[in-house]
Amino acid sequence: MPVPVTISVNGRAVSDTVEPRVTLVDFLRDRLGLTGTHVGCEQGVCGACSVLLDGVPVRSCLLFAVQAGNRSVTTVEGLDDAILLDAFEETHAMQCGYCTPGMLIAARGLLSDTPDPSEDDIREAISGTLCRCTGYVQIVEAIALAATRLRQDERHG
Amino acid sequence: MADPARFISTRRRVREDRRFVTGTGRFVADIRLPDALHAAVVTSPHPAARIVSIDTRAALASEGVEEVLVGTGLPDLVDPIPNALDTPGIRCYPLAGDTVRYVGEWVAVVVARTRALAEDAAELVDIRYRALPFVVDAEAALDPSSPPVHPAHGSNLLYRRLFSWGPVEADFGAAPHHLGFELAWGRSATVPIETFGVVARWDAGRDLLDIWASIQMPSFAEQVASCLRLDLNQVRVHYDVDVGGSYGVKRGLKHTVVAGLLARRTGRPVRLIEDRLENMAGGDMHGPERRFRVAVAFDDDGMIRSLKLRALEDVGAQSGRAPLQLGKPVSAIVGAYRIGSVAYEAICVSTNKTGQTAVRGFGMAPTNLALETALDRVARHLGKSRFAVRRTNMIRAYQFPYRIPSGSAYDSGDYHAVLAKACGLAGLDRLLARRTAARAEGRVVGIGIATCLEPSGGNSSFEALLNPKNTTTTWPESCVIKVDRTGLVTASIATSTSGQGHETLTATVIGEELGIDPDRIRVLHADTLSAMPGNTPVASRMAIMLGGAATGAAGRIRDRALAIGAHLLGHAPGEVRWSDGAAVAPDGRRLSLGEIALVAHREYHRLPPGVTEPGLQATHVYQVPTGGTLPDADGRGQMYPCYSFAAHLVYAEIDRLTGTVSLADYVIAHDCGTVINPEIVRGMVIGGAAHGIGAALYEEFAYDGQGQFLSGTLADYVMPTAHEVPDIRVVEHCTPSPLTSHGQKGVGEGGYLGAPAAVASAVNDALAPFGIACLELPMRAGTLSDLLATATEQP
Repeated sequence: MPVPVTISVNGRAVSDTVEPRVTLVDFLRDRLGLTGTHVGCEQGVCGACSVLLDGVPVRSCLLFAVQAGNRSVTTVEGLDDAILLDAFEETHAMQCGYCTPGMLIAARGLLSDTPDPSEDDIREAISGTLCRCTGYVQIVEAIALAATRLRQDERHG
Repeated sequence: MADPARFISTRRRVREDRRFVTGTGRFVADIRLPDALHAAVVTSPHPAARIVSIDTRAALASEGVEEVLVGTGLPDLVDPIPNALDTPGIRCYPLAGDTVRYVGEWVAVVVARTRALAEDAAELVDIRYRALPFVVDAEAALDPSSPPVHPAHGSNLLYRRLFSWGPVEADFGAAPHHLGFELAWGRSATVPIETFGVVARWDAGRDLLDIWASIQMPSFAEQVASCLRLDLNQVRVHYDVDVGGSYGVKRGLKHTVVAGLLARRTGRPVRLIEDRLENMAGGDMHGPERRFRVAVAFDDDGMIRSLKLRALEDVGAQSGRAPLQLGKPVSAIVGAYRIGSVAYEAICVSTNKTGQTAVRGFGMAPTNLALETALDRVARHLGKSRFAVRRTNMIRAYQFPYRIPSGSAYDSGDYHAVLAKACGLAGLDRLLARRTAARAEGRVVGIGIATCLEPSGGNSSFEALLNPKNTTTTWPESCVIKVDRTGLVTASIATSTSGQGHETLTATVIGEELGIDPDRIRVLHADTLSAMPGNTPVASRMAIMLGGAATGAAGRIRDRALAIGAHLLGHAPGEVRWSDGAAVAPDGRRLSLGEIALVAHREYHRLPPGVTEPGLQATHVYQVPTGGTLPDADGRGQMYPCYSFAAHLVYAEIDRLTGTVSLADYVIAHDCGTVINPEIVRGMVIGGAAHGIGAALYEEFAYDGQGQFLSGTLADYVMPTAHEVPDIRVVEHCTPSPLTSHGQKGVGEGGYLGAPAAVASAVNDALAPFGIACLELPMRAGTLSDLLATATEQP
């Protein structure tokens, strides 16, 4: 039995009716066409489907869409974070790009809480997101670079 | 005359990255076609069983279901998946017929309006089985009395050949020392985060099957067409699909045959996107599982005279291309070492396990582990340094090109310089002191060292090596370039990309040749019908092969532009040079590529005599350097043109109680000739090493004694996270290849070839003071903990 749900997605209120069993990631991808969020394991292990729920990284494969009702969801398409994205490009913090949205979400979550993270902080923050291409080194570099630039930007901003 | 390189080897951004950070990549699951049907798979719970009955009525009656496909009758509709070996008795179809051969094998496929409805209906397919005898152990499968996975083949032995190169027995007889050991490489693979997926659409109006797939596979369209009994030009595989990782394994032939068949039968597009369990259990994407017997004969100084290597490979229940992974190691069977003679016995068996496919390095990583373990054990036997023994054995820089006993000539290298760089970057003396101090504190620590050769740019000659009926001697790659009338360049390549940055590669080398900004060059991924010949990014080949093709095509563009430019400038062709994207006369007058292109496209009357083709475009189909011959009767031949080299050095500590291994101070020195994009190369090297760390310590597709598959999720199949992969540092060395357009060699696989051996070397160095060793990958924490707990010697 479909139920109504209203979610703020990337700053826009979306109202729809969904089967209660529809996961948030399927809702984002199939209903809203936001295919930037990826599916890797549907079991909460790989982190490819991470989105921000009220600013906090969560697995969108482990949430039903109805659980996000009246809350705020940010996907990679809604990341208004040019410095972070640019840092990922600068260090080539990806290869195939499949885990990248999840990595960006994890990084955003970290930097919101910890503007000056240590390498250990960064590794801990992305340890729930699997990358099979990079061996993580360039991702760690990207997040450290973004943190430095964001702090500089803050000072000059 | 040529300008110095401006774009090659400089730190430039990777153009593909922009779409990935903005969430605008286009992966196969992102491709939405109207009215598409979604597939879900029903799989076997038995390692071997007779299918007594399949009742699909309830599933067909379920909401939204369009069709349920079963294996009965499938041989009337499709041809079997091709075998690379000459094994006509093995006929594998996408769905089981009357017999299932492994847990996870596809038995039925349901297509419905949504994936959820397809899954609902899949649960309603009622299948009755009668269990049959099975075999899951490779040595047991070698026994002629073992239950054959494919009875029509007669036994489980798929391939066995003893190659002998040089006077092995004489060398063993003459050498003062011998040693031997056994070693096992566990069943693992590269397991991309994106599972395999395919979208198929039958276009009845055009009589054409369109395929979008997460694919990295040579001859994919050819095999799809052949299995579906379609003409090759009735199948169009679209290469403009971003592939979410592959490293060899994305070869969903059966998936595509099923999706294509169902698309044609239903008249609607069909999506078959694996879920994780479908991928792990039934995707036929497991990697090598190999047991070795190794013997070496060596001198007092550690110089290895001869090597005997027996490799027993368990390819599981599907044959396919996987057995060829016993062939590629022949191309570098002695690694970096001057071993004079080799006996190599390659054996391949079938078992009741999930099918195996190509994995990064195509069988090289396990064999390199065996070879490097031999080097370590020789050193330990003689009480010598593992570094010194390697230096004694390594080919000297002045010896290139160096021909190895199995027939291939290594093009170039300086292995001693690379090893020295690794030791220097790691601070080997400091690490040795640290190991001594830590051991004095009772800690279990070790230093690992391994080298590896990375054969690259191959011509697939292992096909002919293992199957004389296969006469393939070329594996070309192509690039098409057109310059439009405004002078802008668009290149078309014949492959999809799974993270290697082919657009960046292509634009960089074209920009270099034409002296124009690579960022203004557009690079398109064609489809199989519009593309020129290509063989996809396998075997570390694209820097060499696509780099060579794009360079060749750009060179033709430049030569034509120069000829037209010289004529327009009033000079003979030899009097004008090409610089910064323009033809330049001796007096300094210039005509840009755009000005020349406009004439070429629009003003035929101004073209020089003899130039009769309007426009400015070129194609280059690049042949493998050194390719073109079949192996001789003894299996000798030039298998790969270029040989990259790397040395890995790592410090490991084992928790004495839990057996957990932590790695630190991991350095890699490598030489892949000329680097085209430094960040791409660094990422490939480190990422490959991360895969190798996984294979060494964590990853395994495990089976129990009942043939049940135990690793169906990413919680059971454990892959390294950012905690397990240390901060790997990389130093480069450059010995240009004399055979390639810019001296480049391949680099996609070396990290994975070196890391398992280096990590194993470190673990065994840590265990050595206890008089114990671990000769089985993955080196699980539990295994190491048990070994340490029961060790009788104490340091």
